[in-house]
Amino acid sequence: MHSFGYRANALLTFSVTALAFICAIASLSDNFSNQNPSAEIQILNINRFKKQSYENDEVSLTLDISADLESLFTWNTKQVFAFVAAEYETPKNSLNQVSLWDAIIPDKEHAKFRIQTSNKYRFIDQGHNLRGKEFNLTLHWHVMPKTGKMFADKIVMPGYSLPDAYK
Amino acid sequence: MGWIGETIDSIKSIQIRQLLTQAISLGMIVTSALIIWKTLMCVTGSESPVVVVLSGSMEPGFKRGDILFLHMSKDPIRAGEIVVFNVDGRDIPIVHRVIKVHERENTGDVDVLTKGDNNYGDDRLLYAEGQQWLHRHHIMGRAVGFLPYVGWVTIIMTEKPIIKYILIGALGLLVITSKD
Repeated sequence: MHSFGYRANALLTFSVTALAFICAIASLSDNFSNQNPSAEIQILNINRFKKQSYENDEVSLTLDISADLESLFTWNTKQVFAFVAAEYETPKNSLNQVSLWDAIIPDKEHAKFRIQTSNKYRFIDQGHNLRGKEFNLTLHWHVMPKTGKMFADKIVMPGYSLPDAYK
Repeated sequence: MGWIGETIDSIKSIQIRQLLTQAISLGMIVTSALIIWKTLMCVTGSESPVVVVLSGSMEPGFKRGDILFLHMSKDPIRAGEIVVFNVDGRDIPIVHRVIKVHERENTGDVDVLTKGDNNYGDDRLLYAEGQQWLHRHHIMGRAVGFLPYVGWVTIIMTEKPIIKYILIGALGLLVITSKD
């Protein structure tokens, strides 16, 4: 009952259980933090708006994105993944979400930022529905913890629209 | 010759009842592990409720060797979710983030495009020949939580199977030779 094997086994089991418990508590502590992030997006310019050779519309835009995500960081946060998506409706599709830009924010120091960029990923529709289209720009963030439950949320900014004619 | 005689003696001295008890307790352990696994599959609604991250395409968020807990619900798939999917013809599931969603009006069918956070381009290169979008039936679950480093055990056992055999051999030897 007191051999090396039994002792090693008991030690291992206890330490694994204790570690799992600590990870769970760390993850629970994330629920208690107050979060109030803010963001603002402006479209600076529509660079290109055309119909691709196989019938789908494509837009290229320059965005001015400013955001303050500092309050999302807790001691259990490894990184925050933020991205901006354009969301709109077409006759064929009840919802389209196209990610235009994303960034990995590794720590609190980088969480308040303002950048001007053209869209990182191509904004292509399934069809040619984008002329004069109104859409929302949504800043989504995904908080990835050091251990435990991940959670995500977003700010929806409505009221953007595309020009009525190709450019 | 002496130690052969001793080994034969010790094998003869194992009683049938003791052997059967040991075999049954081993069977119970294996079965209860299986029950836990299947229950997890039911609760999370996913075919594999826990996956190990195998590549570095989601760094620095998920590193190789991390474990992800998955959950699958009927909720619609939205941009930003981290999903685990199987490509037709490949049996290793891939864990990446959804960057584009096009959902049909009436049927709820959805076209999804994914990309690893650490990859330069989207996943169209990984999909099957001629496939541009993923559909709901490709997706096995959404990642909802994660534990770091714990998955290295599985990676080591998969990539160096000799260690798996050594472990099972040692376990078997322990079971046979332990006196209780």
